[in-house]
Amino acid sequence: MAIQTQLSDDGQTLTIRIDGRFDFSTHQSFRDAYEKGDQDVREYVIDMSGTRYLDSSALGMLLLLRDYAGGEDSRVRIRNCNSDVKRILTISNFEQLFTIE
Amino acid sequence: MAEHDAGPDPVRQNPTTTRLRILVAEDNDTDRMILQKLVRRLGHDVITARDGMEAVERYQAERPEMVLLDVLMPALDGNEAARQIKKLAGETLVPVIFLTSLSDPEELARCLASGGDDFLSKPYNRVIIEAKIRAFERMRQMHQTLTVQRDLIRARNEQLISEQQVARRVFDNVAHRGCLGARSIRYHCSPLSVFNGDILFACPRPAGGVNLLIGDFTGHGLPAAIGAMPVAEIFYGMTGKGFSAGDILREINQKLTAILTTDLFCCAAFVEAESWPGRVRIWNGGLPDGYLIRRDGRRMTLPSEHLPLGVVSPERFCADMTAYDAKEGDTVVFATDGVMEASTAQGEAFGEQRLMAALDDTTDDTAPFDRVIEALRAFMGGREWADDLTIVSLDLMRPDDTIDYAPLAASSGLPGPPEWDCQYTLTGESLRQFNPLPLLLHICLEVPGLQAHSGDIYIILSELYTNALEHGILTLPSDWKRSASGFGQYYAEREKRLRTLSGGEIAFRLHHRRLGAGGELVIECQDSGDGFAAPAELSLDQTEYAGRGLALIHRLCQRLEHIGKGNHVAAIYRWPPDQGAQHDRNTASGH
Repeated sequence: MAIQTQLSDDGQTLTIRIDGRFDFSTHQSFRDAYEKGDQDVREYVIDMSGTRYLDSSALGMLLLLRDYAGGEDSRVRIRNCNSDVKRILTISNFEQLFTIE
Repeated sequence: MAEHDAGPDPVRQNPTTTRLRILVAEDNDTDRMILQKLVRRLGHDVITARDGMEAVERYQAERPEMVLLDVLMPALDGNEAARQIKKLAGETLVPVIFLTSLSDPEELARCLASGGDDFLSKPYNRVIIEAKIRAFERMRQMHQTLTVQRDLIRARNEQLISEQQVARRVFDNVAHRGCLGARSIRYHCSPLSVFNGDILFACPRPAGGVNLLIGDFTGHGLPAAIGAMPVAEIFYGMTGKGFSAGDILREINQKLTAILTTDLFCCAAFVEAESWPGRVRIWNGGLPDGYLIRRDGRRMTLPSEHLPLGVVSPERFCADMTAYDAKEGDTVVFATDGVMEASTAQGEAFGEQRLMAALDDTTDDTAPFDRVIEALRAFMGGREWADDLTIVSLDLMRPDDTIDYAPLAASSGLPGPPEWDCQYTLTGESLRQFNPLPLLLHICLEVPGLQAHSGDIYIILSELYTNALEHGILTLPSDWKRSASGFGQYYAEREKRLRTLSGGEIAFRLHHRRLGAGGELVIECQDSGDGFAAPAELSLDQTEYAGRGLALIHRLCQRLEHIGKGNHVAAIYRWPPDQGAQHDRNTASGH
């Protein structure tokens, strides 16, 4: 399974871990990962430690998650990016929309 | 279990069993009778044949769904009959099951080699026969489904390709190539690149110079192409009317945010190249680094500083351009990520390092663009280039007579008034955020015949307004622009002062009257600033940047008058202008 989710003990933080390629083929499972999440989720953490590659459709999916999580009021953190992934996020200036750690 | 067992009808018992027509070919009358009875009891219709020849004939006439064939028959043996039936069946799958008392593996294998699908050993067993017929019926149905679906896919694919061709033609009408054919522009993009989300547009600016937009939509196919249409329309429409790059970007962003789904957006770079006074302004939102290559080969990076188009609301969108001074011989290069990702059969990508190496290689005087294409070609070998590989370069400040400004003067159909007078005043807050030039230009161009001179008029309006705003209202010292670093400082300070501007006023008075075959347009511009002492002589040749704007207007106009303390200027433009003014304009734009 390329995508794994983990809910924190208090049920407020949903961590989504993406392994391998984060591209259009991951679309449905990525969406399922956050949509099936609990109503109590206040914060999303995207764990990219296993993500080797990210394309522009993945950027689109991150925007979809951001909207789902409340748009301007959303709390989405992206962490553990490798340098390639980070570079793509930086080129697109996504640090203006997400907390990139 | 006895063959006469009158158990429940299997067809009724299992509703998924289809009633089939099955051909039974068997030369032994007894065997044929038994088999016929057996198969009928399973709920199927039976067609019988006494030898191979008759089997082929009956098959041809009746087209049964399945064939049970004795191997050893007179006239034509089972193997040959199977071969002929399979040939007649063509793409349709007709399961052929051999009936045999043979047990030699070689013989049995030959049955399958001739086109048979399986064999049934004599004596017949009802349970086995039923199971085999069921199994082959499943296979037959699966084959049928696949065939139907394959045909459907084939038809849809053909439809898709023809639709794409039509869409391509419609798209070309809206998103034409603009002035990409001009000598100062070099580009590579595949004809179907729009279906991979790449866009590339170029349009001459009424004030001279060129606007260029290169972009890359997320996703592929039709959704990406749909987004390109409004972008093209806005880009060409607003550039032609003299809107600033910032206004155009804001409009595109707003449109895309409104019409596209959240996951669709456009990484893009906007190049606003002025033909005067030697400045290029860049906006990069999400595209890989662009490069400004100086005449001497020095390379400056033009990084992505903004979110892509169509991501954030108008309130959050930032259309701030970064200004660079530009001289003849400088070149701007931008590429979509398809260039960096172009890869060999082994999966190795071209990458940023190779791109920069190609740009930096100044061993001969090939253009930077040609060096990159050459490097890409060498890297890719004979491999075909992908559709999402778009790259463009624009030579700055180079006089280019291949740029056609004529389409900008699109006639509106109805002639406007030739004699009129209007006054237009902008105050405080409006000065901060509104660019009045497109509106004023539009009013002027309503005069029949004046459209052909839109370039001159735009420059006059723009220079008068810039002077009044930057020097009169914002009191920016023009001598800052003498160095490259001061250049940036000047525009940064301009932004800063504009943001905090509270008072001030700029008033335009426009007046047009008929004069001979043409007319006379008087443009007056007055600001609330302190004014300045008008120089005794205006010259374009002086090394100072200060006063060059007025000097340019002076060359374009019949007359330039300074009124009062220098905060009020009147430009008198007569058209058609004489040859002298035309000549000076060309000279000026070459500086």
